[in-house]
Amino acid sequence: MGFFKMAGTAFTNLFRKPATLMYPVKPAKRFPNTRGTLTIEFEKCILCGICQKKCPSYAIEVDKTEKTWKLDRIRCISCGSCTDWCPKKCLHLDNAYTAPVTSEFKDSTRERHTGA
Amino acid sequence: MIKQTIIPFGPQHPVLPEPLQLDLVLEDEKVVQAIPSIGYVHRGLETLVTRQEYQEFVYVAERICGICSFIHGMGYCQAVEEIMKVEVPARGVFLRTIWAELSRIHSHLLWLGLAADAFGFENLFMQAWRIRETVLDIFEETTGGRVIFSVCKVGGARKDIQPDTLVRIGQTLEKMKKDVKSIEKVFLKDNSVRHRLAGIGILSAEDAQSLGAVGPVVRASGIKVDTRMLGYAAYPEAEFEIITGTAGDCYARCAVRIGEIYQSIDIIRQLIPKTPEGPVDVKVTGAPQGESYMRLEQPRGEVLYYIKANGTRLLDRFRVRTPTFANIPPLVKMLEGCDIADVPNIILTIDPCISCTER
Repeated sequence: MGFFKMAGTAFTNLFRKPATLMYPVKPAKRFPNTRGTLTIEFEKCILCGICQKKCPSYAIEVDKTEKTWKLDRIRCISCGSCTDWCPKKCLHLDNAYTAPVTSEFKDSTRERHTGA
Repeated sequence: MIKQTIIPFGPQHPVLPEPLQLDLVLEDEKVVQAIPSIGYVHRGLETLVTRQEYQEFVYVAERICGICSFIHGMGYCQAVEEIMKVEVPARGVFLRTIWAELSRIHSHLLWLGLAADAFGFENLFMQAWRIRETVLDIFEETTGGRVIFSVCKVGGARKDIQPDTLVRIGQTLEKMKKDVKSIEKVFLKDNSVRHRLAGIGILSAEDAQSLGAVGPVVRASGIKVDTRMLGYAAYPEAEFEIITGTAGDCYARCAVRIGEIYQSIDIIRQLIPKTPEGPVDVKVTGAPQGESYMRLEQPRGEVLYYIKANGTRLLDRFRVRTPTFANIPPLVKMLEGCDIADVPNIILTIDPCISCTER
């Protein structure tokens, strides 16, 4: 039993820095391990299509005849399954989050790489 | 005879972000009966197992819940490993256990915040979540995700934790204890908080047992049930006692959860020096055939996984019985005879996760 048990904590709070960050003015906390955007080094890619098979959210499309690798950024869940399985290690998870988009038009959310 | 009124609680209610609907049958301001209905967030995750290869289904399994996601992934992996007779390296098992206990700390701190919010203590809610941020930072540093970790895989763990990082995690958690103590005294000693929790929503030990309550709900009623005592993962390496309450009211459930935060910190402290060197995973090839059950202790209670495999890379059946599902009948029992003003509080003390329940 007691009263004003919160008073001490509430009082120290007055003199403490805010626990939140003024995002986006101050950048978000990130760690080297943070799973953010998926990037590809297309020069190394051999278009084997394993990433497409291993993607749990069906976000990757690989076309061998057209030599394209497409990613639907809104579908991607940044799990890193593709980066684990990629035999050439050309897929990387950047630790910056994907920039927000304002429309769901597929063209604006898909990346298209054309091979040489 | 008093006229009966039916007041709907939910599916959208300020105290609970998730869609649980209860029809409360009232006589005056007393609840005489509560009729639950769920089914608003069914996503059909179980059936996805027939379309997703068993190694990639981990990512789906851990998305069953946003709070206890790690243990869902771990439970699925353990069930598949049992069918395939895969021996996970000791280091992988230890890291998994450490992550599972960290997620228990984060889940309980989240619940403490939500409970404070439910009885109208906004400042306490913010303090609980500020402390929880420490655990989320550990998660992001070690796994790369704040709530969805994607670090478990069939055969072990996908990421290793460096020994010096492990030691630092232990030190951070020890420091965190002081912060938890500062909010513990508010939850357990403050008069106005006690007034909202003590003697409310009483579940007797007999009811808890006969209705099949799990987790902190059954332990607060004085029954010693904890699936971790079965000795899966690295739990046999740690010494701990089951934390129980006696009263079976909202206050006891709150006290059990606070006790479990310290317990989890203690388990991690014991496991860190014992973590062996070596690889964290083994390569798994082939496809599973057979069926298996797996029981694990989630922050909310016992969870059960059933897997049936047919020898191909796609499984036949995946079934989860989540703790909230088991806790709904006890909840209905607790609500009988309570004041309508206490309903949100009581519902929150079972730590309901409706998305888990409906999958």
